[in-house]
Amino acid sequence: MTTNTSPRRRLKLSVVLDHSVLIIGAAFMIVPVLMLLQMTTVADLINMKTGPSLMIGDQLDDNFMKAMFKADGFAGDNTGLRMLINSLILGLGFAAGKIVLGMMAAYAIVYFRMRFATLAFWIIFTTLLLPLEVRILPSYEIVQKLGMLNTFHGLIVPLIASATATFFFRQFFRSIPEELVEAARIDGAGPVKFFIDILVPLSQTMIAAMFIIMFVYGWNQYLWPTMITTDEDMFTLVRGIKQIAQSQEGTTLPEYGRSNMLALIAILPPVLVVVFFQSWFVKGLTESDK
Amino acid sequence: MKRAVFANRWLPILLLVPQVVIIGIFFYWPAIHALRSSFFLQDPFGFGETFVGIENYTSLFHLPAYGRAAMFTVSFTLLVTILSLSIALLFAVKADKVLRGAKTYRTLLMWVYAVAPPVAGVIGIILFNQSWGPLTDLFKFFGWDFALGVNYYDTAFAMVLIAVWKQIPVNFIFFLSGLQSIPKSVREAAMIDNRSASGRFWDVTFPLLAPTGFFLLITNITYSLFDTFGIIDTVVKGEPGNNPMTLVYKIYVDGFRGNDLGGSSAQSVILMVLVLAMTVVQFRLVERRIHYT
Repeated sequence: MTTNTSPRRRLKLSVVLDHSVLIIGAAFMIVPVLMLLQMTTVADLINMKTGPSLMIGDQLDDNFMKAMFKADGFAGDNTGLRMLINSLILGLGFAAGKIVLGMMAAYAIVYFRMRFATLAFWIIFTTLLLPLEVRILPSYEIVQKLGMLNTFHGLIVPLIASATATFFFRQFFRSIPEELVEAARIDGAGPVKFFIDILVPLSQTMIAAMFIIMFVYGWNQYLWPTMITTDEDMFTLVRGIKQIAQSQEGTTLPEYGRSNMLALIAILPPVLVVVFFQSWFVKGLTESDK
Repeated sequence: MKRAVFANRWLPILLLVPQVVIIGIFFYWPAIHALRSSFFLQDPFGFGETFVGIENYTSLFHLPAYGRAAMFTVSFTLLVTILSLSIALLFAVKADKVLRGAKTYRTLLMWVYAVAPPVAGVIGIILFNQSWGPLTDLFKFFGWDFALGVNYYDTAFAMVLIAVWKQIPVNFIFFLSGLQSIPKSVREAAMIDNRSASGRFWDVTFPLLAPTGFFLLITNITYSLFDTFGIIDTVVKGEPGNNPMTLVYKIYVDGFRGNDLGGSSAQSVILMVLVLAMTVVQFRLVERRIHYT
């Protein structure tokens, strides 16, 4: 350690260093997406020749209109707007379904004396051992047999069982003081009334936290929609992204403006949710994964 | 079990039925199906199947392609895990320390959590575009002729970089909340005992973060194995060819493209066993952590 620099000066230097590291980190995260944005503002011909640059053009709204309303493919049904709606349905359905099922199961496990409670717990727990990726083929076959290909319930229902949500609510219910249940029982509330009038309102913050995690998770699904949906009007934004990226290859004038705009539209809603509801999101993430 | 308050007999069963039915149909049935198919050889045209015992498994271990994918998966997982954990830890320590702009930094470092892996892959393709990709240009400046999709190691490099970019936010959030939960009294005591900031970090902060680190280690391994599917698929543009691929991607390619149901199922079963082992380790660690605190 150098002794001739004053502590004050050393402190300043370390503050500068801290901020530099954080600024470099923030730039590392954000610059790639700013690059996408820049490419949507210039004409495709320029993009094709020079790629990303510092030039800001005037094509932004043009590319936005193209991304939202222009369709390609065979049926011509996969406009950005259609994909956006499908993504929303998947994200919201996923989140709502997981929360409802998770709360119901957690309520049954925590508040009832039941012969099969441990068994039910283990049945739910073992789903953690079977990620979709290791059982894709047989899962696909079953959904096909049930005639659920290219449907919203085929997209949502098979993925809706959730050990994460169940354990999250189980943990929370266990932290609620027992006196509350007793008081409710003295007041004559049955199990259904207690659940709807007391437990659900008490869980609001938890529900919000879980909702954000699961909405982002559902919105960002890729493998499952890729297999289950072949009709273009069923594509979600994330599902359609590969086609979009592939359309950048091998054509005479790749539509970088449109495809990058679609990528941005796919990024924006979940990012906004995470940024605006940051404290709930962090709570949901750090408390559910443990 | 702490409590059991309502004595209703049918209601709890009714509450559990939807979840359990869905699990039965969409988790157990496919898993058992995969286990069964892994012992059979399917006719590619759908004319029946023959029982072949463990032949699907033994032939996997003789396939050079499987060995290559396994080797790649191990190195990929190690690199992604180590890099994203250490970079995120650095950011978290700094974000915990600064007084000004802490919230802004936190937001800027975590929002990428919400970006879907395949979209991250698409961004990577642009960064590494052969003729004008900014990173391709940068590497060319240093004499490295980067060729995404052509050179095996270059493609692997791009996959690692994209996967790390996508994983830093989760690790950052967990490390930061771990750091913030260290009691002020502990920090102050460390301040008195140890003047050097790096000494304080290694002697006090780092051990206190160890439980978070163990937990994240498992999470990152799982992420590298499974959640990177979208990145791999977009980077190789659906054409595996000679490109590097992970074991999970190989299940998909062999089963869906190659129509090798038996081989693909055997691969699935191997991965299920792997996940089982990791979950057991994870829960042991969680248990131990409860004893610490």
